[in-house]
Amino acid sequence: MTTRLSPFLFFLFLFVSQAIILQAQDEEAIMPESNHVCLKCHGHKYYSFFNEYKDLTERKLMNPYFVIDSVSYLQGEHKGHSCTDCHSSDYENYPHIADLKIQPKMTCVDCHDFEVIATEVKKSVHVEAFGEFFHCELCHDPHSNKLVKSDMAELVLYNNNRCLNCHNDADKYQVFTSHENPQLLSTHDWLPNQALHFTRVRCIECHTSVTDTSDAVHHILPKEQAVHNCNECHSENSLLRDKLYKHQLKQDRSEFNFYNSFILNDAYVIGANRNYYVNLISLIIFGCTLFGIIIHVILRIIKRK
Amino acid sequence: MSNNKLYLYPVWLRIWHGINALGIILLGITGLSMQYTNMESPLLKFSSAVSIHNLVGIILMISYFFFFITNIIKNNIKHYRISLNGLVNRLMKQGKYYVFDYLKGNPKPFHISEEEKFNPLQQISYVGAMYILVPIVIITGIALLYPGMIIEKIYSFSGIRLTTFLHSLAGFFILIFLIIHLYVITIGQHPLRNFKSIITGYHEAE
Repeated sequence: MTTRLSPFLFFLFLFVSQAIILQAQDEEAIMPESNHVCLKCHGHKYYSFFNEYKDLTERKLMNPYFVIDSVSYLQGEHKGHSCTDCHSSDYENYPHIADLKIQPKMTCVDCHDFEVIATEVKKSVHVEAFGEFFHCELCHDPHSNKLVKSDMAELVLYNNNRCLNCHNDADKYQVFTSHENPQLLSTHDWLPNQALHFTRVRCIECHTSVTDTSDAVHHILPKEQAVHNCNECHSENSLLRDKLYKHQLKQDRSEFNFYNSFILNDAYVIGANRNYYVNLISLIIFGCTLFGIIIHVILRIIKRK
Repeated sequence: MSNNKLYLYPVWLRIWHGINALGIILLGITGLSMQYTNMESPLLKFSSAVSIHNLVGIILMISYFFFFITNIIKNNIKHYRISLNGLVNRLMKQGKYYVFDYLKGNPKPFHISEEEKFNPLQQISYVGAMYILVPIVIITGIALLYPGMIIEKIYSFSGIRLTTFLHSLAGFFILIFLIIHLYVITIGQHPLRNFKSIITGYHEAE
């Protein structure tokens, strides 16, 4: 029996392994050839170039904000784009001409239609404070930006890192303001189970306004207007329905009759995750207990007379 | 019938019982407030309910360990040892007394003594509450206080969901126990007699 099956299993193995290799090749991201020239310097912390004036090869430190992580680039949404799709083709020459630094750069809206987002961003505290100087790329690095939808923990981490990039980095924060960098732990010390909140929900759950538009998360509120009332999330009509779990809400509303059951795959939110049947059974048990006691009290009173 | 007073509830037991009773009431109110909270009419402010629930929970946990150990040291645990011999019969007898015989004015089937201060129904419900339900709420409560230590998935179930469910379920039955306990102790010669006993420590024998 085993001998008869062996050739079959061998071909099955070959078939499956080939399918896996082909699939992997299909999914493999390919960096546009022209980007290799840029990444030769901008893909590293240090770069070397031949200085014709000195007639020697020099090695210098790359400005850390100009270093592009090629792995993140290949995982990002713009992986198929050449650097010069967004940056001036004059950058192809080195040394780069000084004028390039002050020339206006391309922005996201030059390619994307972000009309609704732009309206929300204009109302946001960032634009109110910094005006037009504030732009998409400050939060959404086009060199690595990606949509994370599948894993909730990864989504939360990825989104919160966008905020922490500036709000937890005094150097970056003070590019925009002379204010001191806020001490995130102490300003959030009112929050019970702080670490759990930081890893299970995004900053924007509390720091954006709730509206019906899917792009509402771009209207960042002033800190005074941020959610402070726990019941906003910890209740049957949890605001997490309109934010973090907006997509899951469409798929699943009533697994095992839990209210907001879509949250249950990732977390348990007290007050938001009640169960219809458990509530009903509890009420019946509680009602029967009280009913029994009342009947007994009535009988005691009657017998005493 | 004698008028002898039995000293059934020593000081340590009365202090523990008082703390436990107050604590359970507070935990019940704050727990229900958290679970059934809403924006329009929260019973208590959510953050206050969480803080009170956590603090009282820790106090009750310490109080439980005190009870658990002292119960052994002072040999009060003998009252919690259930004899299986004729248990169902004894439970039925006591149940029948509460439902029928007491109302008819018939005598108690089991009399309280220093050796047996609980009737069979009291014994089984106290053991259930103190050695099953309370340990469950303490263990799950500690886990919920430090949710990072809860296993992510227990088979296909979320660990935190299971822990919360067990915590709420055990807590709910402790509240039911409390309501029945508060009513049953009014059954006797005088409705307040047992309340007086747990304050003074003396039980007036009938």
